[in-house]
Amino acid sequence: MTSIVVVTAGTSVPSSSRMLGERLGEATAAALLASGVSAEVTHLELRTLAVDLAQHLATRVPGARLREAFDAVCAADGVIAVTPVFNGSYSGLFKLFFDALDEAAMAGRPVLLGATGGTGRHSLMIDHAMLPLFYYLKALVAPHPVFAATKDWGATGGKLDRRITTAAEEFAKVVLAAAPHKQGDDFEVTDFTDLLGG
Amino acid sequence: MQLGIFSVGDVTPDPTTGRTPSEHERIMAAVTIAKKAEEIGLDVFATGEHHNPPFHPSSPTTLLGFIAAQTERIILSTATTLITTNDPVKIAEDYAVLQHLAEGRVDLMMGRGNTGPVYPWFGKDIRDGIGLAIENYALLRKLWREDVVNWEGKFRTPLQGFTLAPRPLDDVPPFVWHGSIRSPEIAEQAAYYGDGFFHNNIFWTMSHTKRMVNLYRRRFEHHGHGPADTAIVGLGGQFFMRKNSQDAINEFRPYFDVAPVYGYGPSLEEFMAETPLTVGSPQQVLERTLSFIGEVGHYQRQLFLLDHAGLPLKTVLEQLDLLGEILPDLRKGYAEGRPAHVPDAPTHASLVAARDAQAAEAGDAPAAASGGAGRHVDDVTGRSPYPESATDRTVELVEAPEGGVR
Repeated sequence: MTSIVVVTAGTSVPSSSRMLGERLGEATAAALLASGVSAEVTHLELRTLAVDLAQHLATRVPGARLREAFDAVCAADGVIAVTPVFNGSYSGLFKLFFDALDEAAMAGRPVLLGATGGTGRHSLMIDHAMLPLFYYLKALVAPHPVFAATKDWGATGGKLDRRITTAAEEFAKVVLAAAPHKQGDDFEVTDFTDLLGG
Repeated sequence: MQLGIFSVGDVTPDPTTGRTPSEHERIMAAVTIAKKAEEIGLDVFATGEHHNPPFHPSSPTTLLGFIAAQTERIILSTATTLITTNDPVKIAEDYAVLQHLAEGRVDLMMGRGNTGPVYPWFGKDIRDGIGLAIENYALLRKLWREDVVNWEGKFRTPLQGFTLAPRPLDDVPPFVWHGSIRSPEIAEQAAYYGDGFFHNNIFWTMSHTKRMVNLYRRRFEHHGHGPADTAIVGLGGQFFMRKNSQDAINEFRPYFDVAPVYGYGPSLEEFMAETPLTVGSPQQVLERTLSFIGEVGHYQRQLFLLDHAGLPLKTVLEQLDLLGEILPDLRKGYAEGRPAHVPDAPTHASLVAARDAQAAEAGDAPAAASGGAGRHVDDVTGRSPYPESATDRTVELVEAPEGGVR
C-alpha cells in the first residue's frame, strides 16, 4: 500500500487549504490507481498540532501527537504540502512543522506543493517561498504545483479540476519512480572502522 | 548496580524567590551535595562541563579533585567531558592526575557538548563534532595505554615521541562511558571499544532511549565484547519527591515551569507522561525507576539529576535524604531477577584485577604499583622515562608483556 500524507496549514474551519489538500489527495490516489497502485491518504491538519509545535520549538521535546505526525511523514511514499499565503509567504505554522521535522526527513521524498490565497496575484508564492524551502530540504518536488485562489472555488469550466488532475498525475509519476527512505524501528549505523577511517 | 547523581552545574535563579545564587555558592553547593551523596550511600557523583554562563563547571577535575579529598568511597565522574573541544592530551593528563589523587575512584563520560559557540571559542567547527569525538577519543586511548605515542590526525598537532605523565594509576586507565542522546555513531563508538554507553534519558521518551540502548547492545555483541545483555549501560533520570505526592507536585511545579531547557514547554503532567521525570512520593519514584529495567534490560548505572533549575541547596539535600531512604529498596529491586552473567560496571579495582588475572594467565608477574615502575621504555633510547633501578629495568626488558618493549 502506497502511503500519501497530506500536510495542511489552514487555520479556519472549513479551510481552503484543507479542501485543496483533500482534492489533491483524492486525485493522487486516483492517478496511482490508474497505474495499478492502491494508495492510502492520511491528513495532518497542522492547526491541531499548533500548541505541540510551539512547545517543541521552545524545548525540543516532541510530544506524543507530534511524534505520531513525524512518523507518518517519515513513512510516507509522498507528501502533499498545502499552506495558505500569509503576508507573501507560507504561514508560520507551516514552517514550524518542517522546522521541527528531522532535517533529513524530506530528503528524497516526493512532494506536491499547493497553496491557497485571496487572489491569483499570490500564486508565485509557491515559486518564491515554498520551492526554496523544499529544495533546501532536498525533497523531490513534483513539477506541477497548484494554487487555488478564492475565486477558483466558484469558477466554471473545471479549470481548478484540470490543474489538480494534471498536478496529481505528475506527482504520481514521481511517487512511483522514487523509493523514499523509510525509517525503520532500528537506527542505521556505519561500522566504526569506517568512521575511524573517515 | 551503581546509583548516583549528576549535575549540569547551572546557576539559575530560584523562581519562587527571584534570588540568583552566586557562582561561589553553587560551586560550594556542588561539594556539599557530593559529600551528602556519599553520606547517604550513593556510588557515583558526576559533574557536567560547560564553558559559558549560566554554568559553573568549566574545570571539572579541579572540582572533582577537591571533592576527592573530602570523600572516601564515592566514584567521581563527569556528565559529560567534552571530547570535541578539549585537547585529548590535556584530558589524559588531568584525569590521570585525578585518578592518582582519588586512589582510582574516577571514571569519565565522553560527550560532544551542545553549545554551538563553544566550538569556535576553542578553535573547532561544530560540523566536525562526530569526527572530533572519534579522533580525539582514539588518541586519548593511545595516550593512556601506550608508553610512547607517535600520532598524526586531522584535528590536532601531531605527536612524536610523546609520553603521558603521569601514567594512569596502576597503569589502568579510567573506565569510559560515552553519552549521547541521539547520535547512533556514538553508540557505535562505545560498542566498538567495549566502553560503557550512557543515555541521558531526561528530555526524550523512554522508547527513544530504548532504541539507542538496543543499538549499543546489538553492536557491542557485533564487535565481539560478549552477549548484548552484558554491555555496560547507564541511564539518567530525574525526580522530585515528598512523602505526599501532591506536595511534591505543588513544590516542584514553579521550578519546572520556567526551568532551563524544558521550561515554557509541555506541562509538568505531559512531561511526566512523556519522559522519565517522576514528581511524587518515594514509592512512585522507586517504582518508576525500577521500571527502566523492563525497558532497557538489566543495566549498570543509574544517575539522577536533582540539583538544577534553581532548587535551593536545602531542598536538594532533602531530596538526597529521601533518596537515601528508598536506596535499600532500589538496590533490592535492581538485584531482583538480575542474571548472574550480567556484569557490574567496571571500577578501578575490578579493572586492575582483570588486568592482573590476564597477566597471570599469560605467565607474567603482576605489574608493579604505579608511580613509574613497569613497562615504560622509550622506543628510541631503550630507556625508561622514569628513574628506576637498573635491576627493575633489566627484569622488565626481559619479561615485559607484549607491547611493552618495541
